[in-house]
Amino acid sequence: MTQSSTTPLLMVRDVSKSFGAVAAVQGVSFPLYAGEAHALLGENGAGKSTLVKILAGVHGADGGALLMDGEPVVFKGPAASRAAGVSVIYQEPTLFPDLSVAENIFMGRHPLGVGRRIDRAGMNREATAVFTRLGVQLDPERVARGLSVADQQIVEIAKALSFNARVLVMDEPTAALTNVEVERLFEVIRTLRAQGAAVLFISHRLEEAFASCQRVTIMRDGRSIRTAPIEDVTIDDIIRSMVGRDLDALFPKTVTEPGEVVLDVADLCRGGVFDDISFQVRRGEIVALAGLVGAGRTEVARAVFGIDRRTSGTVRVNGAELPNGQPLAAMNAGVALVPEDRRQQGLVMDMSIDQNVALASLGRLSRFGLIRRSSERELATTWASRLQLKFSRMGNTVSTLSGGNQQKVVLGKWLARNPSLLIIDEPTRGIDVGTKAEVHRILDRLVAQGLAVLMISSELPEVLGMADRVLVLREGRITAEFTRAEADEDSLMRAATGQSPEVAA
Amino acid sequence: MSVITAPAPAPTDRPASRMESLLRARELGIALAILVVFGLTTLNNHAFAQVASIQQLLNGAALIALLGVGETLVIITRNVDLSVGSVVGLSAYIVGDLFKHHHGMPVLLGIVIAIAVGATIGAVNGLVTTVARVPSLVVTLAMLYIVRGVDGVIVHGTTIDPASIPTAFTAVGYQTLFGIPWLALIVAVVVAAAGYAMRSFRSSRDLYAIGSNPDAAALAGIPSGRRVFTAFLISGALAGLAGALFLALHAQIDVSGGSGYELTVIAAVVVGGVAIFGGSGTVLGAALGAVLLNTINQALVASRVSSFWNGAIAGALLLAAIAFDRWLSLRVTRSLRSAEGAHRDL
Amino acid sequence: MTSDMATRPPVTNSHTVVESGQRAPWRGLLRWESVLVLVLIAVLIFGSSQTPNFLNPTNFFYTGLNMGEIAIMALPLTLIIMTGEIDLSVASMLGLSGAVMGELFSNGWPIWLAMAAALVVGALGGALNGVLVAKVGLPSIAVTIGTLTLYRGIALILLAPRTITGFPLSLTKIGVVPIPGTQLAYSAAIFLAMAVIAGVVLHATPLGRALVAIGLQPEAAQFAGIRVNRIKIWLYVVSGVVCAFAGILLTLKNSSVSYDAGTGLELTVVAIVLFGGVSIFGGRGTIIGVVLSVAIVGALQQALTQMNVQPEVQNIVIGVLLLISVVIPNSGEAIRHIRDRARRRV
Repeated sequence: MTQSSTTPLLMVRDVSKSFGAVAAVQGVSFPLYAGEAHALLGENGAGKSTLVKILAGVHGADGGALLMDGEPVVFKGPAASRAAGVSVIYQEPTLFPDLSVAENIFMGRHPLGVGRRIDRAGMNREATAVFTRLGVQLDPERVARGLSVADQQIVEIAKALSFNARVLVMDEPTAALTNVEVERLFEVIRTLRAQGAAVLFISHRLEEAFASCQRVTIMRDGRSIRTAPIEDVTIDDIIRSMVGRDLDALFPKTVTEPGEVVLDVADLCRGGVFDDISFQVRRGEIVALAGLVGAGRTEVARAVFGIDRRTSGTVRVNGAELPNGQPLAAMNAGVALVPEDRRQQGLVMDMSIDQNVALASLGRLSRFGLIRRSSERELATTWASRLQLKFSRMGNTVSTLSGGNQQKVVLGKWLARNPSLLIIDEPTRGIDVGTKAEVHRILDRLVAQGLAVLMISSELPEVLGMADRVLVLREGRITAEFTRAEADEDSLMRAATGQSPEVAA
Repeated sequence: MSVITAPAPAPTDRPASRMESLLRARELGIALAILVVFGLTTLNNHAFAQVASIQQLLNGAALIALLGVGETLVIITRNVDLSVGSVVGLSAYIVGDLFKHHHGMPVLLGIVIAIAVGATIGAVNGLVTTVARVPSLVVTLAMLYIVRGVDGVIVHGTTIDPASIPTAFTAVGYQTLFGIPWLALIVAVVVAAAGYAMRSFRSSRDLYAIGSNPDAAALAGIPSGRRVFTAFLISGALAGLAGALFLALHAQIDVSGGSGYELTVIAAVVVGGVAIFGGSGTVLGAALGAVLLNTINQALVASRVSSFWNGAIAGALLLAAIAFDRWLSLRVTRSLRSAEGAHRDL
Repeated sequence: MTSDMATRPPVTNSHTVVESGQRAPWRGLLRWESVLVLVLIAVLIFGSSQTPNFLNPTNFFYTGLNMGEIAIMALPLTLIIMTGEIDLSVASMLGLSGAVMGELFSNGWPIWLAMAAALVVGALGGALNGVLVAKVGLPSIAVTIGTLTLYRGIALILLAPRTITGFPLSLTKIGVVPIPGTQLAYSAAIFLAMAVIAGVVLHATPLGRALVAIGLQPEAAQFAGIRVNRIKIWLYVVSGVVCAFAGILLTLKNSSVSYDAGTGLELTVVAIVLFGGVSIFGGRGTIIGVVLSVAIVGALQQALTQMNVQPEVQNIVIGVLLLISVVIPNSGEAIRHIRDRARRRV
């Protein structure tokens, strides 16, 4: 389990990178040893993505050096870094859906046969060989379209191996995997290590780092805070280094007496996705939907809001039943949905800040059918100040804002409608720590004023910190319900993964 | 660390998901449709199956099939070439005019010039699309106008008539080999060569990659600009060749030659299984699509259905083809997705 | 809409961190419209220099007369392109409605009823486009190529080979005289009125804002409660009705109709819309720009006609204008791209 030699396979030494006035990465150093899995932990905004891009050759470092086998290297581009033996597997697999798995692996480097023509049989054989090395079996002639995310990742890893990668960088690989698939991924990592590769495992999920890695580096605000063998650190150490402050301050909670029922979901069902979903959310309470990725939580939210049509069941808001599949009706009934994917679903990136804030309220802002620009501006300014939005000009496009401020714009858009129910899907994903706390404060304040909130989150600390009640989904069904007092990490994880509860010692 | 055991997913070796079978199925389907239409029409009108009739069938489809090869290459990369029809007209006229004034010009030279004219226009299309980053719909649309305009200026209302064209050249239009017209043979050779190249060479596979996922293609280091440029170059060159063959076949050309071809070609190509969004399809399928459309046209004539119905039927057919393709791809995606965990552990 | 290899130029470079204050997109648009004003003035000066009395009211009348139907069709097409789709069937619908009206009229129907029937046909044709694109989810470029062929084909079935004449003089006078007291052609006046409505809708109403949102980010529009599919279907229906109306106007203006009325005009209409600064990707563009584009193209064609320049040269000019209209806005991006690549190779 310890390094096979004292020279790291890849050494990141004092690397810095700035974009304009902003220093994304400053003086980061850590070693990657052959045969070892190294976890790079840090909150969103810590600089991990920028570092990955430097390793991938997409960006050039401004300062510091990368050393492979002790020798300094400079990557002029992604091809150069790949040639040096560094392969990056991004969170979003980038495959060619219309081509076969084998061709995806060997695109641009197909094995050639007689007369420089592609040797398909040979290509399929080599693909199978790589899969065997990984300990999986996948049909190389299968077209890539329709592969599950886990399978797509395996193809990406196979691609990396076929490049004879000695360093594999995996950026948030488990974000979209089910529990079983995560286990399989860990097996693959073990196999890679046994073959002498170094794996850089980037995540913000601590338990996974502990489960699969031998060394850990923690980043915060663009710097590397600490590097240590995994056995020398505890989870608390890590959290403290990542966050730099006490955990409690992140989750302000005002205890409120819940009022009447706002959302009443009964026997909600969507064929093949979720079944038999029934729950209620009352004024002044936060109900969290917890569970693993793929459990169906976002799908439930989409069906409640009407983006997807439900197969059966009813949704009642303030007593009135919502028609099936009509988001506008849900909105008019007082429902708001802050979606999971901010850039594609939550905002129109090329529209200005004020136009985005006003997008769901245009009817209200019009007179005689014409939009009153002054009302629009006023609405945006009001909410920008209430949410403490940091921006330079209201007319700028939202793409100029940071992730946290973009989320505030989405919130502003929906809060401007004065909803009675706010459904919020992954409220703080991709947001820096500071803004995270602000968003939680905002939610807490609104709930205290009587808003009903249905929150979907994959961050257990967030669920535990914010929710009054937690419903756990697993494979499309509600498997457990916990009150705030009853819920803890262990019981939630067990319900989410289907393990039986541990008998209290 | 507890290992969560889940029942291993049943091995799902669905042949329908394999690349080869997906491709073959489409081409076989079109071939079958051609045979069905042919068979039904012959039952109605025995003359349809006579040699002369079949030759006419092949010749009619040949030019569109040839244009279809180039158009397929372009569409696979998620682009479109709307200028092919006007290129046909221009190159046909230029070669015809040259023959008129230089009777002794060798046939081969005429063909080479035609290809060169087409290639030049294709190169401009390719350059503007890749370097200036202009959507190809707009570029080739503009080029259509410009080329038609240039053609009109050069033609100036005249017509090149059969007398001006050496018989050696027009021989291509009516000579046969074992009963198959030379024109059809030439096009068949081009289709076969292109089909082989598209399957067997790395740079051709790049075209599929570019259309299937342009971002991934860039990440994989594929020189997209160069490849797309080449696709337009070839499309233009083949359109130029088609112009020469047009001249040989019809033995005359005026300002309207080739007009409207681009839409017919796109219809043929889409019917032939080339996805309008790029990333998939074969030149063989495109050629078969051209044959199918032309067979239907001729079948209508042979069945004494007014030829006025051609356009309506072609339009309806194209709509049916894209609707069918969409239904098919939805079904395939659904069946592929349900084969969850397509991998097994060893 | 075919998503071409040339992807939408980003408002910010994805590599830069967010702080740099980026100007809102509408600033960029005002620049293009200002350019168009200058171009219009240049064209008018050019026309006056080549022909005496170019700027006289009679010319104004004839320009409006010639451009009227094309201009009218450009308005709903602008809205459709704003949402990221396209409608290539516009000219075929124009032809089909003329054919329907002519056929019914020649069979004894009262003229008003025949016109109403033509409008209904327009609505149905538009609905077909809309349902196939929005509900079934087929790519609009392929669908409208199909309906383009289909509608033209139906017109052919209805009318060919006849030409219908004999329309009531009280109506056909719109092709001869301007609105009394002015030098404005009827069709031009209708266009201007419609342009005002379209402009108000697009730039000042929630519906217009919804169209922009759909073009820029359809998913986010849906999540904001905008009924994307419904809007798209209605846009296509409106386009069908407006194009049918344009077909009626053209028939009355010419006082006759045959099956090939308006063949090929769709490309002119698309060219005019794009030249007006409307982005082919959707989400960007103004009605003012389209009006200016109509004026420029109309004035230019009038000037060239009076200079006895061949119509073909006019085609070349339109093609070049179209190219310029897309190359220039992209040139900043293209130059940056070339510079990046060159720097990388160091």
